Amino acid sequence: MWWYAARRILQTIPVILGSTLLIYALVFLRPGDPIRAIFGDKPVSDSVIEQVRAQYNFDQPFLLQWLLFLKGAITLDFGQSFTGRDVSDLVAEAFPVTIKLALMALVIEAVLGIVAGTIAGLRKGKLFDSTMLVTSLLVIAVPIFVFGFVMQLIFGVKLGWFPPTVGGNTSFYNLLLPAIVLALVSFAYIVRLTRTSVAGNLTADHVRTARAKGLSEGVVVRRHVLRNSLIPTVTFLGADLGALMAGAIVTEGIFNIPGIGNLAFNAIKRGETPTIVSVVTIMVLVYVLTSLIVDLLYAWLDPRIRYA
Amino acid sequence: MSLQPLLEVRDLDVSFYSDKKAIPAVRGANLTVYPGQTVAIVGESGSGKSTTAHAIIGLLPGTGKIVGGEIIFDGKDIAHSSKKGFQALRGDQIGLVPQDPMTNLNPLWRVGDQIKEALVANDIAKGSDADRRVLALLEEAGLGDVERRARQYPHEFSGGMRQRALIAMGLAARPKLLIADEPTSALDVTVQKQILDHLDGLTDELGTAVLLITHDLGLAAERADHIVVMYRGSIVESGPALEILKNPEHPYTRRLVSSAPSIASQRLSSVKAREEVRQQAVQTAGEIAAEIATAEGVVGKGENEIIVVDGLTKVFMLPGDRPWRKTELRAVDDVSFSLRRGTTTAIVGESGSGKSTVARMVLGLLKPTAGTVLFDGYDTAQLKGKRQMALRRQMQPVFQNPYASLDPMYSIYKSIEEPLETHKIGSAKEREAKVRDLLDKVSLPTSLMRRYPNELSGGQRQRVAIARALALEPEVVVLDEAVSALDVLVQAQILELLNDLQAEMGLSYLFITHDLAVVRQIADDVLVMQNGKVVEAASVNEVFDNPGESYTRRLLDAIPGRDLLTTA
Repeated sequence: MWWYAARRILQTIPVILGSTLLIYALVFLRPGDPIRAIFGDKPVSDSVIEQVRAQYNFDQPFLLQWLLFLKGAITLDFGQSFTGRDVSDLVAEAFPVTIKLALMALVIEAVLGIVAGTIAGLRKGKLFDSTMLVTSLLVIAVPIFVFGFVMQLIFGVKLGWFPPTVGGNTSFYNLLLPAIVLALVSFAYIVRLTRTSVAGNLTADHVRTARAKGLSEGVVVRRHVLRNSLIPTVTFLGADLGALMAGAIVTEGIFNIPGIGNLAFNAIKRGETPTIVSVVTIMVLVYVLTSLIVDLLYAWLDPRIRYA
Repeated sequence: MSLQPLLEVRDLDVSFYSDKKAIPAVRGANLTVYPGQTVAIVGESGSGKSTTAHAIIGLLPGTGKIVGGEIIFDGKDIAHSSKKGFQALRGDQIGLVPQDPMTNLNPLWRVGDQIKEALVANDIAKGSDADRRVLALLEEAGLGDVERRARQYPHEFSGGMRQRALIAMGLAARPKLLIADEPTSALDVTVQKQILDHLDGLTDELGTAVLLITHDLGLAAERADHIVVMYRGSIVESGPALEILKNPEHPYTRRLVSSAPSIASQRLSSVKAREEVRQQAVQTAGEIAAEIATAEGVVGKGENEIIVVDGLTKVFMLPGDRPWRKTELRAVDDVSFSLRRGTTTAIVGESGSGKSTVARMVLGLLKPTAGTVLFDGYDTAQLKGKRQMALRRQMQPVFQNPYASLDPMYSIYKSIEEPLETHKIGSAKEREAKVRDLLDKVSLPTSLMRRYPNELSGGQRQRVAIARALALEPEVVVLDEAVSALDVLVQAQILELLNDLQAEMGLSYLFITHDLAVVRQIADDVLVMQNGKVVEAASVNEVFDNPGESYTRRLLDAIPGRDLLTTA
């Protein structure tokens, strides 16, 4: 297993090289001149512009820009933003906020989704099941920003249960409403996944054998149905942590949360290559690590899986 | 035997419901089991034997319901017990040993934990006391090295070991009645015998009554005191085991007795019938060989030995415990044999013996590591392009599972026509005539042409698979466990069909099977394989009457009901 984990971690190197190169190419091809945009309508001399351009390596061909970024990244120097701050500082401020938001969403969707999905699966075809199916379909069909704005309006503005925007105070309570919004779509998928899996496992031969042993219904469900049904759900949850961080761009925008989504969004608007690439690199790392964790979790959930 | 029956089923009716419509599965079933007695329910799939058993333990699947009658267990009617009522009975009153050891253990829990559950649920033992009981139970079920076994997961067990674990589980809470639902039908014959012997001994010792569900009359007669024969949901005959075997009264029972392979294989009449088939087949095949010798576009020199396999070896490389290490698996080791025109060579062996790997290499579906396969004088490995296509036409396979080997999206007509189309034979009209002719050959009505595989029974599907194999008029048909998935009566019919076709068309069969019992009705030469090697090669009569190897003898002894035949 250790060999397997080491190999998987080594695989991240080409993934990161490839993804940063791609981002460099995309930003390079982006129309407009980011340096001129910094100064807006202010009259500036060409020599100043050239100086700033050189400061960010924008005067080099893009392959060289990319190599210079990599060179810095190895020594943990990710460059500076246009406002002159170290990118590493910006990311260090924004990243924990997004992680907190995404983890809250993950816990909400996992707990509620698995519980609702299990009940629906056990009562397949009954009222609760049908209600869950219709609700989840609705949630999947409506775009996330609609839910974001509507819930912000109802719970934040009208009822005043939660602060409508988060701003600088990223406490647990302040992040709760955005986390619920962020969790909604994945919650719907988890309900459906768990439901189908539970309903299928309920008719498995070994479940009948468990009943024949004289086990009570509760023990049968807990020990012989639920654990076997969780494997597809765990796969989804693992892949979803990455998706939640990307999805946070919309939610962070709506609720004005100073997270990584906001940081990336603003950096893209300005064409601030060092920030964009750093954020993307972190996202890629999170993706790769969570999928590794999920694969190792499999081996724990299902003893038949062994990695070599 | 006390006078008070342990279990009495009276006029039991069970129905399944689909769209509010009742489909009866069991109709007016009556049976009685006394304490300590073994009673067998015999019948083919769909006869209602398993449904009866599941009704007794309150585990009817899905929409199944008891709609009438009584199930009196230990003096109380349990037919309409509540969920809780059945829960109290299961385990310590009525135990179950289920059919398929591969799917009946939860793959995610250690075997020991799964047995421990039964002890805890029935308040027999708890904690470390239960752990000790688990080890004793595993030992009792005939497993060695029990401390390690209890900590292992089901996938680390072989099929036979899993079935032993399931027996330990079924008997864990010492039930008064054990329902054994085809407990060994998924296992190799020698393992089957060991397990059944062990189960017999155990239940005798504990005084447990057994309700044995099986499709094999020979097995039932050997193991049970009393036999109940079920046919299409009803009990058609019941009585003492030997009585039923000797004087079957109902026509269905009579057919069952006459076609059970374990019994038929002993009869001299089947040896004679086979002899006649061979004579005719060899003669027809000789005529075909003479044509082949001068024909064009076919692979062949018209030799007497149509397939000659020499030194065939297959080694698989498996990943080892380190990424740079590989372990060797010698699946087939230096196998040589020949198949004479118009005859059948059977390859017999248990799972893992390499018999199917040999079949795949003969068919050219798998590249041998070493050795050659000569088809009518030509090395099949050297054939390329057109000649390889021609070889494919001359040698056709029929596989075990007729449910899986037919495309569910293809009509029967399309399934049989496809090989003709692939090889661009005849016009559309000629092809249709050919398909009709083939359906006729395998005794299927042509009205079936427009139907789809899911509308057919298992036996009909296997007939379709045979028709498809014959579409290209092959000389050799490789039958890989072609009758193993079928009920005994259907099996007997298909074997008869294969014999007729061989006599008529001069076919040569390579017949792969794990079941020595069916071999005598179809084969002329037998190859017994064990661990990739041929341990015995002889004519079928020699193998049956005078087996040279102890392994072959063990396979023969394992055929259920063998000893009863001298009397039957």
